[in-house]
Amino acid sequence: MLQDYPKPTLAVYKFTSCDGCQLAFLNAGVALLELTNLITIIHFAEAGFVAPTQAVDIAFVEGSISTLDEITRIQQIRAQSNYLITIGACATAGGIQALRNFAGSNNWLKDIYATSDTIDSLKTSYPISHYVKVDTELWGCPVNTAQVMVAIRSLLFNAAPQVKRDSVCMDCKRRGRVCILVSQQQSCMGPVTQTGCGSLCPGLNRACYGCYGPSENPNTQSLGAAFKKLGLSDVDVARQFHHINNQAPAFHQAGNRFKTIPIWVA
Amino acid sequence: MTTIHVPILARIEGEGALELTIRDQHIISLSLKIYEPPRLFEKFLEGRHYSELLDIVARICGICPVAYQMSAVHALEQCFGVLINPWVRMMRRLFYCGEWLESHSMHIHFLALPDFLGFPSALEMAKVYPIQLQQGLMLQALGNEVISFLGGRSVHPVGACVGGFYKAPSLIAAKKLLEKIKKSLFLAEALIHFTARLPLANNSHDFCSVALSHPTEYPFNEGSIKTTSDLSLDIKQFDQYFSEYQVAYSNALHCTLQGKNYLVGPLACININHQQLPEETRKLMKDLDLTFPSFNMFDSIIARALEIHFCLLEAIRILEGYFYPECAKVEVTPRAGIGYGCSEAPRGLLWHAYQLDENGMIQSARLVPPTSQNQARIEADLKQSLTQFGLNKSEDALRTYSEMLIRNYDPCISCSTHFLTLNLNRQ
Repeated sequence: MLQDYPKPTLAVYKFTSCDGCQLAFLNAGVALLELTNLITIIHFAEAGFVAPTQAVDIAFVEGSISTLDEITRIQQIRAQSNYLITIGACATAGGIQALRNFAGSNNWLKDIYATSDTIDSLKTSYPISHYVKVDTELWGCPVNTAQVMVAIRSLLFNAAPQVKRDSVCMDCKRRGRVCILVSQQQSCMGPVTQTGCGSLCPGLNRACYGCYGPSENPNTQSLGAAFKKLGLSDVDVARQFHHINNQAPAFHQAGNRFKTIPIWVA
Repeated sequence: MTTIHVPILARIEGEGALELTIRDQHIISLSLKIYEPPRLFEKFLEGRHYSELLDIVARICGICPVAYQMSAVHALEQCFGVLINPWVRMMRRLFYCGEWLESHSMHIHFLALPDFLGFPSALEMAKVYPIQLQQGLMLQALGNEVISFLGGRSVHPVGACVGGFYKAPSLIAAKKLLEKIKKSLFLAEALIHFTARLPLANNSHDFCSVALSHPTEYPFNEGSIKTTSDLSLDIKQFDQYFSEYQVAYSNALHCTLQGKNYLVGPLACININHQQLPEETRKLMKDLDLTFPSFNMFDSIIARALEIHFCLLEAIRILEGYFYPECAKVEVTPRAGIGYGCSEAPRGLLWHAYQLDENGMIQSARLVPPTSQNQARIEADLKQSLTQFGLNKSEDALRTYSEMLIRNYDPCISCSTHFLTLNLNRQ
């Protein structure tokens, strides 16, 4: 922590995103007011604080890198930040907009804009870690208030935040939920998806769709094979992995495998 | 010659900037730049299965995911010929109440109110007006709770599906929520009184309001597109009257109605639909001498407060009649065709169209969000209002006033950055 400030400083920076992860702060209610007693917010445009180039202790980054300008900006933010935390699927895995990486988005731009050369847009959308060092990655689309507040609390105690990487599947077992995959034959991503949401989807009687990204040691091949036994085609299975977190290495590779070669042999 | 550049607009959702050039007391150029990078949703929706659509379009906007899900679900159901049951219809209205509550109260106390009271941020404002911020946070939290009641969580909720909802909430949960909303009604009443007493300047313009309208209720999911110029259109006719075009300085397309700018959002909606508001809300309006239609853009904050009151009353009405349904969703069989969906998002009309094949795979998608519709109106407002304000004012004063004018529209720039395929032969 910088010692010059009476309180540690915090900033929230936005890149290519939907603004949903910043709501982990803006929806925090009374906790947000308490937070401002512990830290000083120096940049958080949506909340009314604008100081984009000021040095900061804790930098939260929302959004992926999808323009040339954003590459420059993230490098500057890295240089001015003590501890950099990505929040959400965009900042941590490139976001759903990284589906363009499979297509070559220049054609997509031309389909949408009459004059696409006035638009600053790269052919790719990549996570923050593709360009600069990231100290902690908080997964989830979106991250929730608890994840963010726990991380800040840890840092205020001078400890690196711990991120749980076990699966939604384990969370379901702990909560005593009936398995969606086994009992309803739905293609649930819970066995390979990181916990953190509270196994929301199985709790609502539907299959997990992987919005918290890959868990530790995910067996994507075995799960994909199980999905095929339920009647999904290889392309259907690939689409499950190439979804919200399509650039997270485990899901990216799994999707590619099912899309290109039918691997499963019974 | 003065050039004023506001590189980052604070207290708005998403990223925008303003450039203004003044020569000899005249505005030479004014551009609201939306530089939020495009995410190209309409392209990567192609080839996805209809069952994935609601989870994907939610990601367009973290502040109004329910609106995107609702416009999309109605488009799909129209295409497939799905008839939802009355329980689903009621729950969708309740779901939407939650989003208006959350979004409107966030706009009022985090984004707009600091302008009217002269503070740089809501947290600064809280030092002088702690009650106002706390009550606003309570309403926002209540909105989030209503969304979570049906959606599991408030940002990118997971409960809605084509045909209805994945799971019906329990009677106990409904009862608890109802009690909480009843206890919160006084907050909305206090908010209306507070906003009605704000010393709002007269920022009246001659503009056309556009909103969804329904014969018997204040609009959320269903109705026709109505305007204060007396048009009434089926949502399928959107393209015949509205057109979109690209401007070089912005990543969001502009949209006009028969060649003219127009307003969407709470003020437009209340201008058209104020007679559908509940009696209790209309009584408050009468007591406080609040009359609509209003063409003073600053009345938007009052329109939001009134809609918050309506949402609480509507949620109470729905929850008082809550029952556990036999089926939380109806059967869906995909078929090929085109489906249109239009709902009244917290920021105004949100129009979707999808083409699907017989297996329910999306062939093409078109989405027209509220902020791109309001862009031309915002620029017209700025030109007129800044001239009235006095172009000889200091750069700081002009900048602050411009920011206030823009924020008053609650532009949601993250959702204004996906665009339509331009049809150049449209005329």
